[in-house]
Amino acid sequence: MVHIRDNFKESPSQTAGPYVHIGCTPNFTGIKDLYNSDLGSLMKFGPIKGEEITLKGTIFDGNGESLKDAMIEIWQADSAGLYNSPKEIRGQADPNFSGWGRCAVNLKTGLYNFETVKPGRVPNAEGILQAPHITVWIVARGINVGLHTRVYFSDEVKDNSSDPILTRIVESERTQTLLALKERKGLYKFDIHLQGSQETIFFDI
Amino acid sequence: MKVQSKIDSYLKRDRAWHPKALSPSYKSSIYRSPQSKLLSFPATQSEETGPVFGHDLIGKLDNNLIHNSAKQGQSAIGPRIIVFGRLIDEYKRPIPNSLIEIWQANSGGRYRHMNETYLAALDPNFSGCGRTLTDENGNYEFSTIMPGPYPWPNGPNDWRPAHIHFSIFGDAFTQRLITQMYFEGDPLIQKCPIVSTLKSTRAVERLTGFLDMTKTVPMDSLAYKFDIVIRGNQQIFFENKPEGS
Ligand SMILES: [Fe+3]
Repeated sequence: MVHIRDNFKESPSQTAGPYVHIGCTPNFTGIKDLYNSDLGSLMKFGPIKGEEITLKGTIFDGNGESLKDAMIEIWQADSAGLYNSPKEIRGQADPNFSGWGRCAVNLKTGLYNFETVKPGRVPNAEGILQAPHITVWIVARGINVGLHTRVYFSDEVKDNSSDPILTRIVESERTQTLLALKERKGLYKFDIHLQGSQETIFFDI
Repeated sequence: MKVQSKIDSYLKRDRAWHPKALSPSYKSSIYRSPQSKLLSFPATQSEETGPVFGHDLIGKLDNNLIHNSAKQGQSAIGPRIIVFGRLIDEYKRPIPNSLIEIWQANSGGRYRHMNETYLAALDPNFSGCGRTLTDENGNYEFSTIMPGPYPWPNGPNDWRPAHIHFSIFGDAFTQRLITQMYFEGDPLIQKCPIVSTLKSTRAVERLTGFLDMTKTVPMDSLAYKFDIVIRGNQQIFFENKPEGS
């Protein structure tokens, strides 16, 4: 094992604070003279393969109040299960799909919204196919270390039942906190609860 | 035919080193901190890959906050500084071509944001927003102005030390990190409830930018050095056996 001295440990995390938008989504903040558009605001650059979906939801604190100052990022495979990443060696991902989205929640309603595609299945390190999922990262005032979780899909019952992560969750009643609910074709709702009886499962990955 | 393969293996995030989710002196964390244990599992490609950004994204002034929002011939108000350093991982390997975004208050401690209520004046020539990509050796650099300290609603009289917010991508989604840089010698550092979410003086030191006279520009800018470390990736290379052997 390589021993890591304090000098080379990961830089400790600090909260993104309430003004994360200035640096990450300046156009959203009204700073419009700098960048053409906010990074991650568009995940699709042209016609894309697969089922186009909207993923939306709200983040709630321990009082049941929606967060109005949070930022969410998502990272996912394309409809064939391939990542738009130089590390992807299994094939060529859809060039019109970035796989990465960033959204500042609505300042009044707290809603977030991604226009994306239903991801395909991706194998884990042992080659076992995972259920379709989207990796999520949340930062906000009051969150000291960004929170990772995953979105799975309520209508992928068969794939979910054999997913290597979903099936190892001991408190199985909490598994549903990772499921996006299908509201209608192409529209999924995924609410996130930071605390309380419905607290979302967050990951240490 | 010999094929070389590579396996990524990221070091676990040391939760005893990072702030706790619940740090009651920082009031906002009380209702925004998960109470359950985080679920741990072996990382998959979903965490070991991440978005990458090209140099074509970055405009000439994107890392120059003195000028990127200033009118022609004008510049932001405040002490001119260079903030620079290296982005490396826990195995000391430089992370090249990686996006770093920053944001900060102006020299009066005021943010350009719709929810900002502090009475200090806005600077019409300053937005407080910048970004850059690290070079092939993991080096980055920003030109900006010294941000001012500011009061904030937490305890009855809490002030943030001067700081710059940093957003770091690395090259895997699992390395994603947001943190803050403080300035060497600032007496407000040890009084700040957000700084005090850090668990050791060593951790505070790691988030301190140090005055570096070798990088200053005479008659122009002071310089602060701030190195950033993201989670280590111990890449294992191996040669695949030829088919059928
Ligand atoms: Fe701040």
